[in-house]
Amino acid sequence: MKTFRIGGVHPPENKIAAHKPIEVLPVPATVTIPLSQHLGVPAVPVLGKGDQVKTGQLIARGEAFISANIHSSVSGKVLKVDDMIDSSGYRKKSIVIQVEGDEWVEGIDRDSTLVKECQLNASEIVKKVHDLGIVGMGGATFPSHVKLMVPKGKKAEVLIINGVECEPYLTADHRLMLEKGEEILAGIAIQMKALHVERAIIGIEHNKPDAIKHMSELCSHYAGITVVDLEVKYPQGAEKQLIKAAINREVPSGKLPIEVGCVVHNVGTSFAVYEAVQKNKPLIERVVTVVGRSLKNPSNFLVRIGTPVDALVEAAGGMPDDTGKVISGGPMMGKALNDLGVPVTKGTSGILVFDKDESFRKPVLPCIRCSRCLNVCPMGLEPYLLAVLAEKDRIEECELERIMDCMECGSCLYVCPSGRPLLDHIRVGKSRVGKMIRERS
Amino acid sequence: MNKLIISGSPHVQTDESVKKIMYGVVLSLVPAMLVSFYFFGLAAILITLTAVVSCMAFEFVIQKYLIKGPLTILDGSAIITGILLAFNVPSSLPLWMVVIGSAVAIGMGKMTFGGLGKNPFNPALVGRVFLMISFPVEMTNWPKPIAFSTQLTDVVTGPTPLAVMKEGVSQGEHVADILPEVPGYVNLLLGNMGGSIGEISALAIILGGLYMLVRKIITWQIPAAYLGSVVVFSGVFWLIDPTQYVDPLFHLITGGLMLGAIYMATDMVTSPMSHRGQLVFGIGCGVLTMVIRLFGAYPEGVSFAILIMNAFVPLINKGFKPKRFGEEVKHG
Repeated sequence: MKTFRIGGVHPPENKIAAHKPIEVLPVPATVTIPLSQHLGVPAVPVLGKGDQVKTGQLIARGEAFISANIHSSVSGKVLKVDDMIDSSGYRKKSIVIQVEGDEWVEGIDRDSTLVKECQLNASEIVKKVHDLGIVGMGGATFPSHVKLMVPKGKKAEVLIINGVECEPYLTADHRLMLEKGEEILAGIAIQMKALHVERAIIGIEHNKPDAIKHMSELCSHYAGITVVDLEVKYPQGAEKQLIKAAINREVPSGKLPIEVGCVVHNVGTSFAVYEAVQKNKPLIERVVTVVGRSLKNPSNFLVRIGTPVDALVEAAGGMPDDTGKVISGGPMMGKALNDLGVPVTKGTSGILVFDKDESFRKPVLPCIRCSRCLNVCPMGLEPYLLAVLAEKDRIEECELERIMDCMECGSCLYVCPSGRPLLDHIRVGKSRVGKMIRERS
Repeated sequence: MNKLIISGSPHVQTDESVKKIMYGVVLSLVPAMLVSFYFFGLAAILITLTAVVSCMAFEFVIQKYLIKGPLTILDGSAIITGILLAFNVPSSLPLWMVVIGSAVAIGMGKMTFGGLGKNPFNPALVGRVFLMISFPVEMTNWPKPIAFSTQLTDVVTGPTPLAVMKEGVSQGEHVADILPEVPGYVNLLLGNMGGSIGEISALAIILGGLYMLVRKIITWQIPAAYLGSVVVFSGVFWLIDPTQYVDPLFHLITGGLMLGAIYMATDMVTSPMSHRGQLVFGIGCGVLTMVIRLFGAYPEGVSFAILIMNAFVPLINKGFKPKRFGEEVKHG
């Protein structure tokens, strides 16, 4: 079994909802659609208060190169375009729509028949992915059309598909592979065409044997697509770690995967690409795992973008009395929410409900220099040192020690026997170093 | 509606803790402790108890009355210092000297730098070296294990195998003629020899080391580099002249080498952070130990070697970083 070499941890998997088929969550009464659901420049609204919209209609345009279009996930009336709190805890410009019925834009094929053949050429595919607002659905939400356009002078050799889902608890990608495997493969074939690559590798961790088997069987009908069985190790779903695990290439510090001839897309993204290119469907819904040990009905829901989180928790059996923390995303990299009115966005992979006993940080004790943080850091950094340098505001040294290589996977804080807030300090250091680098240019 | 807790990710942590690590070390020391109690009897028990209790007491007093900070004497680290200090002295050492050694180990070795995690030198070794310099006679008066002697009450003392070897060679004797004067290799391995309380049984120490490896309390790098470099260093001299230099196995299982390589050099606080650094540190310890053993004034060099290398740890940490991801581009 393959895996990446440096560092990594194996937290308890807790894939409680792995056996729950994807359920369609009813359309809510109102949706809040932030204009910044992707990495890059926020989209610009193309309509205003009082306008009527249909499901699938463009409501905000991603005008910059690194930006993404946003479409209405419901039909109804625009209540306001205003600053609303999103899962980051900050106010972000959003479009709030009151739902009236569910009338879809014409031209979107809502039939579930599989359409394998794609007649479009590469640039037409990229244009469609761009127009229909597809972004990376693994969490980083990088606009997909950018990844499908190989920069001049570089060559894509391998498309790597991320079916790792290394975060504990989350099962959205797992279910998608089991239930929409055909569509994912069609989506992969489309992306291969766009990138002009002959080879695609789907990386799946060993704790999903049913998905490995299913996808491998489907792959036999496609030339050039294979499945690789990966050892269970966090953070294998991180782009650089996945490339290392799948084909043993190391993306240099500060560089993108294309540097080593790779493009990485998530299985969820591949499904969205399929729906966009073959069905004209914009990215207006996604699969979200709602899970927690006190929840009555942990589930995987197909949710319209903009649905408030409390509607998901309600559908999973309601908020338990002993709830301590609600997290958007997985337990290792997710964000704790302070308001359950915040919407599901294109990057929301899960809603995690922790009870009070789980919602704690260990007491902070002195560092005993056990070097566990070094040993688990997948980037080969020294978290103990970065945390101290950041705490002391020694920013230049932080940069020299490659603080910007840190992807905030949290393995250091997870493993620290002294419960030290390593990542908290490193985050502060990263933002300071980032500012310094920006001011330099 | 109850309030929700907000914190940065990650939201899960291992249940590993400082306490669990420290008590894991204590547990791993039990086999060596039992061997020493067997060979040195009540005296070993009394010295170990005295060292542990006084280490905890000095830490308590310093924390409560000098630092006026939180009390951490139950975290297990003072217990380890106590046990290891006791392991590094002869069983005939007067108890009041043990108390002084504990005061130096905890006070000078640990608390003066700010307590757990902040001391540059191994506290137990600081205590031992202080005792050795202050009380050289008592600290080199080695009772023979009970199994050697028919008299159970009166303590018979004698030099350690390493001292016998060093003395003999310096008198111009051949190694082959000296070897019959010291216990055989099986006895050396089991601990049936004169020496400090806890250093005698290589076997029991290796057992404890394996437990710590499995529990991931120590890594293999330091012991392997330390023992490996001792084997290489002594092996070269042995091959050159086996009449003047004893074989590597003798060096491995006599004196404090096993205890030093597995327990003292691997002390998390005072050893390097990266695997590369740990290898360098281990090799440094091994070379220094052998230089002292073969060419120094003392028959044994483990304590000095480790303390000297402790002093280099900050430099090693600067010079030997872990292998960064993306450091070299590889096409597979």
